[in-house]
Amino acid sequence: MRIRPLALAPLLLLSACKPTGSELKIGVSAPLTGDISALGQSTKNAILLAQDEVNAGGGLKVGDKVLKVRCIIEDDENKPESTATVFQKLINQDRVLAIIGSQSSKCSNAGAPIAESAKVPQITPWSTNPNVTKGRSFVFRACFIDPFQGRVVAQFAAGKLKAKTAAVLYDVASDYNKGIAEVFKANYEKLGGKIVAFETYTTNDKDFSAQLTKIKDAKPDVIFLPNYYSEVPLQVQQAKRLGITAPFIGSDSWGSNELLTLGGADLNGYYFSTHYAADNAAPVAKKFIADYEKAYGTKPDDVAALTYDAFGLLFDSIQSAGKADREAIRAALSTLPSYKGVTGDMKFQADSRDPIKSAVILQIKDGKFTYYTNANP
Amino acid sequence: MSESIVYWLQQTLNALQLGSIYALIALGYTMVYGILIMINFAHGDVFMVGAFFCFLAAVFLGLPFAPTLLLAMLGAALLGVTIERLAYKPLRHAPRVSAIITALGVGIFLENFTLALAPYPKNIPPLLENITWNLGGVSLSSLQVIIILLSLGLMFLLDYVVHRTPVGMAMRAISWDKTFVPLMGVPLDLIISVTFAIGAGLAGAAGTMYALAYPVIDPYMGIIVGWKAFISAVVGGIGNIRGAMIGAFILGGVEIMVTAFFPSTYRDFVAFTLLMLLILARPYGILGKPRTQKV
Amino acid sequence: MGWEWLMAQRWLLPVLVAVGLVLAFAIEYNLFNNEYVREVMMYVGIPEYTLEYTLFNKYVQLVMMYVGINIILTVSLNLVNGYMGEFSLAHAGFMAVGAYTAALLTQKVLPVAVYPGLFPLAVLAGGLMAALLGLIVAVPSFKVRGDYLAIITLAFLMIVKSVIENIDTIGGPRGIPGIKKLTTLPWVFFWTVVSIWVVRNFVYSKYGRGVLSIREDEIASDLMSVNTRRVKFLAFMVSSFFAGVAGGLFAHLLQFISPRVFDIIKTTDVLIMVYLGGIASIGGSILGATVYTVLYEILRPSNFADLVSWLPAVVLDPLNEYFIRHLGVGRMVIMPLLLVLVMLYWPRGIMGLREFRWFIPKRDLEAHHRQPAHGGSHGAAHGH
Repeated sequence: MRIRPLALAPLLLLSACKPTGSELKIGVSAPLTGDISALGQSTKNAILLAQDEVNAGGGLKVGDKVLKVRCIIEDDENKPESTATVFQKLINQDRVLAIIGSQSSKCSNAGAPIAESAKVPQITPWSTNPNVTKGRSFVFRACFIDPFQGRVVAQFAAGKLKAKTAAVLYDVASDYNKGIAEVFKANYEKLGGKIVAFETYTTNDKDFSAQLTKIKDAKPDVIFLPNYYSEVPLQVQQAKRLGITAPFIGSDSWGSNELLTLGGADLNGYYFSTHYAADNAAPVAKKFIADYEKAYGTKPDDVAALTYDAFGLLFDSIQSAGKADREAIRAALSTLPSYKGVTGDMKFQADSRDPIKSAVILQIKDGKFTYYTNANP
Repeated sequence: MSESIVYWLQQTLNALQLGSIYALIALGYTMVYGILIMINFAHGDVFMVGAFFCFLAAVFLGLPFAPTLLLAMLGAALLGVTIERLAYKPLRHAPRVSAIITALGVGIFLENFTLALAPYPKNIPPLLENITWNLGGVSLSSLQVIIILLSLGLMFLLDYVVHRTPVGMAMRAISWDKTFVPLMGVPLDLIISVTFAIGAGLAGAAGTMYALAYPVIDPYMGIIVGWKAFISAVVGGIGNIRGAMIGAFILGGVEIMVTAFFPSTYRDFVAFTLLMLLILARPYGILGKPRTQKV
Repeated sequence: MGWEWLMAQRWLLPVLVAVGLVLAFAIEYNLFNNEYVREVMMYVGIPEYTLEYTLFNKYVQLVMMYVGINIILTVSLNLVNGYMGEFSLAHAGFMAVGAYTAALLTQKVLPVAVYPGLFPLAVLAGGLMAALLGLIVAVPSFKVRGDYLAIITLAFLMIVKSVIENIDTIGGPRGIPGIKKLTTLPWVFFWTVVSIWVVRNFVYSKYGRGVLSIREDEIASDLMSVNTRRVKFLAFMVSSFFAGVAGGLFAHLLQFISPRVFDIIKTTDVLIMVYLGGIASIGGSILGATVYTVLYEILRPSNFADLVSWLPAVVLDPLNEYFIRHLGVGRMVIMPLLLVLVMLYWPRGIMGLREFRWFIPKRDLEAHHRQPAHGGSHGAAHGH
């Protein structure tokens, strides 16, 4: 392995890697650079945490052997074409056992056909678009899908909040935001509510004054913002400056402690749906939050938690498969009995690779996320 | 006031604010653009670094508004001059596009270098007390007033510097001809450096004001803003300072008003179609004049 | 037996194309994965080849196909930005039009599942659609020039993206998943050769002279009775046609497209490849696209580690510790630095205004070595 005379020129022509056997190789496709690079950083943090935890205990017990885990993290730049390259590289060059990733749905959509045709199990932590797993057998996810969450929030708005009218402001160029917004609208109207403003903007916009002025004019009882945590504080601040007093509600993309740092007191009293409540969490989640904080100095966001869970799912299924075999892992994943993860209990339905999970509604109170209610539609 | 008038007034105010923000960035852009006829793709990223300087000054040094602004401007100006000396100066006699691509490279470098240092978006603390007045349903904030006044003030100052001072005269001369003007005793390198310093300094100021108005900053925030500054500068007429200002207000106005009176989903479609038609109607920008071409 | 001699052997070009095509088929049908190849590889000292590794695995194939698609994009953009001296930013928009047209055809209209031979028709249709829309940019170019035209092309790109985002029947921002994988190495190779061949013949035709004369001085060429409108029409249509073809191939390679794939970043990527390779040079475009695409892969941490694994441990260990480990994000820091350095050393790009003699027609070579002496005047159209 040390000496490779031909290494220079045909680098790309040669598969180059050490044979498997003594370790389990897991591939990770993460957006380390590009427009959602903050999520890539969280992904990397969570992955390294999970890897070190397992290896500190000697490794993973597979059958009668104990194997160390090695993660190969590649940057997909949040571009579908780079994701395809990363998947091919991880599968053919590094010959990984399974792949975690990618995060955004557009990237997972480009990676999934490759994993499927190479019969490599893939778990995406954060891609909520239903298309990603549809019609495939090797592609799983650790999060809810858009329709589920849109329904949860619509019921919360119409039920607990007793809002008769609602407005939505969302990013039209992003499939996550658009997906939830549309499901929310459909369900909210079905429940007898009225959508009085359905406004959009485009990714990277920072000025929402025109849309918010329109929303103010429509006088909604509640405003739904299914947008990323880096955008929500700007939207809320600008709305308050315009004199909007209606409460805001959000989705799991709010679920990062960065939201509190970026938004401060402006967000007090608002609600959002997410996977778990830190103050009401199971011991496994409490431990994860503490470990993460100790290692990186910040609280984990929902991407970190979901990535950690995707990893946990994979570990459990490798152990219950009892061998480092892709097909066996796939079979073990789909029949896994309820997995107790950081983001709640999850289990894959028969013939579907989307987990059944429960959602919680959190309220932001005194600069903290506090448990408000359970939501099981 | 009737509701529709309030709505209309509020949207006009929104347009004024967005236009001023674009103007702040476009002014620095058009400085370099007008003098060197160079599309400085790195400008948006210098602007981003300016916003990060503002973050450093405000959070780590705990400085109040005025010194923070000054520090951000100085830091950005220094960065601008350094980039010019290292990356653009050797290409002064190369084809125009070489400098464009180098600028693109410098921009990507700045983005990812900042990303390596600051992977998460950062929050800018409110450096100015922001008072919101409610004028019969129309809300107006002190920050809006400051931004609008600052961009107007800077435009007049810049116009004065370029058209009424010896340095400005030298800049215009260099813009006209880079071979013979230095022979008349104009220090070429110095003037170009000054141009870059002013342009980048303005980017730093714009970065600070932008960060105050939209207090979440990230390493990629400069990309789209840089393109908008480019559009403003070209629509107004290349190299024309007042033109850049007008271009910025047109861009901001179109974006806001299209959202206000059309379904907001079609904003980009309508706004860019209007821009296209505008250029077709005025092929040399709004204030630009066709340059006589010698054959 | 130097470079000069090699360049004089013009018969090599068709031979290389033929060899390339054969190779493309051989790789596609996995003919390299056999006993004999394995023995040869072991003989030259690659012991792990005995394991299940294959020469030209799927990863390498994918990178090769990206290189091909990028060559098509670069050569075609070079026609407008390099040879004609305009600054078009619309290339990703044309690519999007081609990709969506081709993908919708193979998904909804053409029975490609039964007759995979219909795939080139879809790609062709994508190219034609893009060429048709190329008129939207070509017509304003009669009146508007330089950076003002650049804004029109930028607006075109934004409009295309916005329109696609707003049509829900073609997926809106969600894009089209589940496109059939019809793009294969031979097809990419075929279209790459076609695009190079067409652009090369166009550039050295009567119209090509017109294109060059527009770059040097549009008014003068008008006076010299060059039909500048027709020339611009053709140049924009050929350019956008191949952008559309590249889009069609891209869609059926990635099996998924969404409007965000074709944003301004994609355009700047192609711009970089054009100017890195060198304006007004087909050889440069091939080189630029190849170098840029391959370098991105080499700089992946594990690839880079393999590349330098022959170094002695004294060098390797610190290199690993201080450099390779940080390549994750660092790759994106190093790439632009390399780009800036290349531009400083070769301000006109690696092959700027020069050409492999293989691509220059004989009559031009014989007339007198076509060395454009006035290369520096590129951009004069934007001039003072």
